[in-house]
Amino acid sequence: MKKHRQKRLYAVLGTVFGVSVAVGLVLFALSENINLFYKPSDVEAGKAPLDKTIKVGGLVVPGTVVRNTETLDVSFVIRDNQSDLKVHFNDVLPDLFKEGQGIVATGQLTDQQNFKASSVLAKHDENYMPPEVARALEESGHPMKKKND
Amino acid sequence: MIVEIAHFCLILALVVAVVTAIAPMWGSFYNQSILVRFARPATHVMFVLIFISFAGLVHAFATDNFTVSYVANHSYSRLPFIYKICAVWGAHEGSMLLWILVLAGWSSAVALFSRQLPEQAVARVLSVMAFISVGFLSFAVFTSNPFERLLPYFPIDGRDLNPLLQDFGFIIHPPFLYMGYVGFAVAFAFAISALISGELDSAWARWSRPWTVAAWIFLTIGISLGSWWAYYELGWGGWWFWDPVENASFMPWLTGTALIHTLAVSEKRGVFKAWTVFLALITFCLSLLGTFIVRSGVITSVHSFAQDPVRGLFILIFLAIVVIAALTLFIFRAGAVRSTGRYQLLSKESFLLFNNVLLAAALLVVLFGTLFPLIMEAFDQSVSVGAPYFNLLFPICMLPLLALLGIGHWLHWKNHPVERLLKTARNILFVAIIFLVAMSYWIYSFANTIIWISLFIAFWIISSILYDVVDKTKHGQSRLVALKKLKSSYWGMQLAHSGLAVTLVGIVMVEYNSIEKLIRFAPNDQFEVANYQVTFDGLSKVNGPNYIATRGSFTVNENGKEFKVHSEKRRYTASGQIMTEAGINPGFSRDVYISLGEKLEGNEWSVRIYIKSFVRWIWFGTILMALGGLLAMSDRRYRLKLKQKIA
Repeated sequence: MKKHRQKRLYAVLGTVFGVSVAVGLVLFALSENINLFYKPSDVEAGKAPLDKTIKVGGLVVPGTVVRNTETLDVSFVIRDNQSDLKVHFNDVLPDLFKEGQGIVATGQLTDQQNFKASSVLAKHDENYMPPEVARALEESGHPMKKKND
Repeated sequence: MIVEIAHFCLILALVVAVVTAIAPMWGSFYNQSILVRFARPATHVMFVLIFISFAGLVHAFATDNFTVSYVANHSYSRLPFIYKICAVWGAHEGSMLLWILVLAGWSSAVALFSRQLPEQAVARVLSVMAFISVGFLSFAVFTSNPFERLLPYFPIDGRDLNPLLQDFGFIIHPPFLYMGYVGFAVAFAFAISALISGELDSAWARWSRPWTVAAWIFLTIGISLGSWWAYYELGWGGWWFWDPVENASFMPWLTGTALIHTLAVSEKRGVFKAWTVFLALITFCLSLLGTFIVRSGVITSVHSFAQDPVRGLFILIFLAIVVIAALTLFIFRAGAVRSTGRYQLLSKESFLLFNNVLLAAALLVVLFGTLFPLIMEAFDQSVSVGAPYFNLLFPICMLPLLALLGIGHWLHWKNHPVERLLKTARNILFVAIIFLVAMSYWIYSFANTIIWISLFIAFWIISSILYDVVDKTKHGQSRLVALKKLKSSYWGMQLAHSGLAVTLVGIVMVEYNSIEKLIRFAPNDQFEVANYQVTFDGLSKVNGPNYIATRGSFTVNENGKEFKVHSEKRRYTASGQIMTEAGINPGFSRDVYISLGEKLEGNEWSVRIYIKSFVRWIWFGTILMALGGLLAMSDRRYRLKLKQKIA
């Protein structure tokens, strides 16, 4: 084989190897770290996995926020018009967290009724409804008012 | 009246932009010198019109003109004056206008500082920039008009600016970010112009270098300001979240960084020409993609505000037109480009290639992670990509990059003899190890391999820079004379590279050496963590201009040295929105960060107490990078070229 051909072959092999390693790594990292979104009714129907990090979202049911008197544990119920899901959290709730408001929580299900959240997301803008929650509510027949701005 | 004039100027600017996008380009093909010479004045006229329009909106905010819907929705009579002005870019319509103003500003600057370039090239560059202006001006005029009136029933007072935005960071972060984002339009326009003329010689690389570095400096500072702002404003001390909107600004930064490196090779050595053009195109396309992500709200992000999907579609179509047009032109024209220089594996060229490969890999990681939810959305699946994905893959690209950086900058062009490379690398390694050993007493306590590896890489970079400065000055009559002889672009490069090392130390230390405590805390209680003793002194009421706050006062005792930290929980009266103001005692090696959480039972509060290790270094490093860019730009080389042409 001529020298420049050999060089080119190495370059091609190197690139193929590099790209496959990169793709493999990306896919591996993705498979470990993508968080699927589930509605409370999905969770109740058993569609959500128990030991994976997932997202859940819904409206916070007024009057369900319960704080532990000793620790920083707090729990509240979210609802999508069909089912309820109890969310447990051991951190400070965001400033924009309000009863009746739509939130998205990331964490893991401990069983079909309880969700242990590692983060609770409420938005910068109080007029804003997380799109997943909006869609989840619409799907479960909650009338969604179209917001102008 | 002023509002109508401003609106009219905006529409007029669109008309001028359409003409500027067509006429000079046409003229450059058919040698119509009148049309070609039309480009410069038209660009200035466009800038003046857009400036008047922008000033009109600023005036409406300054005078509390709540008949304008945009003002009524985003301002408030009792808002401090400076925030009234900045509220202009507090939401969609106004920030689009700022985008347009910045683009017009860059266009005018090109028209002004391009006297030494051939008229035809300038005409094409300005035409391309005007074409981009057409896209965004029509976007503003047709879908997001900031001058819409609320007549005859207008509100007595405004709905206030989002409290999160009422902060120093908001005054400067968006303008800097936009200057950076949009500044890459110049490199894009130069690349398109070069592709059209087919003259991809080193001249175009030399012309676009200072512009690209200028945009890069703004973007670097803009991103850094955003990070710093998020750190103290969001109330929980994070400095980077891998949020889609952050990624949107970070992606053009990655390719922009790659671009300023390959522009150097293209200019000096005539290699990687096609790749450099491609990077120039892709960097601006990523800026547009970023604008799309931010403005459409298609991806869930903490930055998402209520948004309108029609607007997203408009930007998406414009993005598609620009990307397809640019890439088609690239495919048809760049194939003919032949690199002229030859180089061996061990050479500056090769290492700059590695730099680009790794930066491109980092870009793909971020791009894929950011767009993946959008792809899945098409399959009706709602997913998000967690930070662990980025935290795993990004360092895999970055650490080799940083390690190779310690070699690349001092290699010769073309070919660097192996023995000499090994010898130099060994010396640098030796110096780096001395650093590590010298500091080992101090860093012993960290006992974390990631910290050790990263510190070693930082020392490795710093040692390589020191070594090179010493090496470059050893042949002069005296060191001092030799030091003075080094060009400012050399100092710029070394300063920017050391900035990277400083940022690396900051990132690793804050991630792996910080202390984070979240506790129940009542007034007069004490809490001890490491060598810090925190006392909750008590709560007080504070009346701000447009908010009422509960202020928590804390006394911190750090190894016998006492200081106070105050954190506030504010309620903004117009919107009723609650906001946390963290209390921070900044320092060289740590920040003490205390923020009030929520009121619990009795007089107890949940309180965050963080000791953020070396967090300032993250931003200090980026300042060094920006200063380095500034030095590189001020190199006499660029000005000399200018003078020669005039003479």
